Amino acid sequence: MLEIQKITKVYNAGTVTENRLFSDFSLTVDDGQFVSVVGGNGSGKTSLLNIICGTIPAESGDVLVDGQSISRQKDYQRCASMGRVYQNPALGTCPNLTMLENLSLADNKGRPFGLSRGVSKTRGAYFREQLAALGLGLEDKLNVKMGSLSGGQRQAVALLMATLTPLRFLILDEHTAALDPKTAEIIMALTDRIVREKRLTAVMVTHNLRYAAEYGDRILMLDRGRIVLDRAGQEKRDTSAEELFQLFSRAALDCG
Amino acid sequence: MLDLVISTVTQGLIYALISFGVYIIYSILDFPDLSVDGSFPLGAAVTAVLLTRGVNPYLTLPAAIAAGALAGLSTGLIHVKLHVRDLLAGIITMTALFSINLQIAGSNLTVERATDTIFTAEPTMAVFGGLSLLGRKLAVAFLLTLAVKLGLDAYLRTKSGLLLRAVGDNGTLVTALARDRGSVKILGLTLSNALVALAGCVVCHEQRSFSATMGTGQVVFGLATVIIGVTLFRRLRFVRGTTAVIVGSILYKTCIQVAISLGLPANLLKLITALLFLLVLVLSGRKGEEIIHA
Repeated sequence: MLEIQKITKVYNAGTVTENRLFSDFSLTVDDGQFVSVVGGNGSGKTSLLNIICGTIPAESGDVLVDGQSISRQKDYQRCASMGRVYQNPALGTCPNLTMLENLSLADNKGRPFGLSRGVSKTRGAYFREQLAALGLGLEDKLNVKMGSLSGGQRQAVALLMATLTPLRFLILDEHTAALDPKTAEIIMALTDRIVREKRLTAVMVTHNLRYAAEYGDRILMLDRGRIVLDRAGQEKRDTSAEELFQLFSRAALDCG
Repeated sequence: MLDLVISTVTQGLIYALISFGVYIIYSILDFPDLSVDGSFPLGAAVTAVLLTRGVNPYLTLPAAIAAGALAGLSTGLIHVKLHVRDLLAGIITMTALFSINLQIAGSNLTVERATDTIFTAEPTMAVFGGLSLLGRKLAVAFLLTLAVKLGLDAYLRTKSGLLLRAVGDNGTLVTALARDRGSVKILGLTLSNALVALAGCVVCHEQRSFSATMGTGQVVFGLATVIIGVTLFRRLRFVRGTTAVIVGSILYKTCIQVAISLGLPANLLKLITALLFLLVLVLSGRKGEEIIHA
């Protein structure tokens, strides 16, 4: 269970541009839940993810996993149980390493990076099998440098790498936003499959209201650091993209 | 003439040890580290002092490596733990080392003719005794540089080496692998400055002297050789970066040697070094913005 308790986050504190984003913001995500987070620019979606991952500190409040505070853990320590896929496909892989080297790195997460062979020959078949499951024909490109692949291909590999080793939380930061509609569709379906198969707890920030309505089993709408909509279960399943759009427009109008 | 060619190639091979260090920091780690200008004479200072005290010449190699590693470690700690910008962290270490080097050596030092170096002591004599001093220098420099090259190649293929390559390529990924990227950077800086100090050590054996200013321009030299090597072999994927920078180093030393042979005054040497570097930058089309990855 992932809990965010009474978080306060202030940007540019003490200046004329002071922006109090979160005050006493709380959220609980149950194990195995797939939460979609929508909201306009500046509503706090990405800040929320950054606070969960420890990328930025909160002024006060606590982040807990199974009741244990992780607020004192550094970002890389939290990554032990978390995977994150970014909007920018370049952030999930190393462009100058081959796909095989990238996957080997991801495969070794949680184990020491010592002086044994970096690329295991015996894992090739396993990687090929994993890549084949993506259905993008990447299984023959193990020795190709990551940087020469397209954004969609890179994002698919980034998603695979983030979930290659056992993990509990998958953090998706507008991970389809930089892709063309068709590729975005593929990556989204892939994400859903991986979350279900590995029974992950996922928090997905998205600007695509249709994805928010279609995928996941809980939906949150944020507006200026407050939760203005929180639906799960049957109520979530009954929520259409059109309804979300209307609610979204109203929130945006309130904002001025 | 042959002697001149041999000594130039020897110089290129020895100084390639600097190129390895610079290759790791600039090309793999993407870290503009100026401490190289200090760790090179540091290796020479440690070596000169040990040689004049009668220590076994081969023991100066690990001693210089250890001293260089410490220098790299301090740059890394200043940058990562004290959050000082990379360029400034290197400048701080480089400046401090100038005094430290003089403190170690006392003053500029000359190693007497009678003192054995790695080129004149056993077991070098047992193996290459039949060669002239010039030939022995070439043979030892070749073997040493080859050994370091092979070791470095092997290291870069290990898990630790792969992580080092990843941190310069995309630090975010290293964090995602639940690793502290700061520690990986410190490791890289330690390793590369150890290699640079080793270069200083071998140069001290070769020219039998240490001078406080011998480090000036070594970063520029290293960068130039990396860019020459990487640019020359850009299209040849099977040539490793380490091989490329050895060729770069030999070519560079040849250019300098030609300039000297044409009657260039020694006072203008650094000017030529700088201009040659500028030329290499412009010709390779890289302008120093991206010297990344062979």
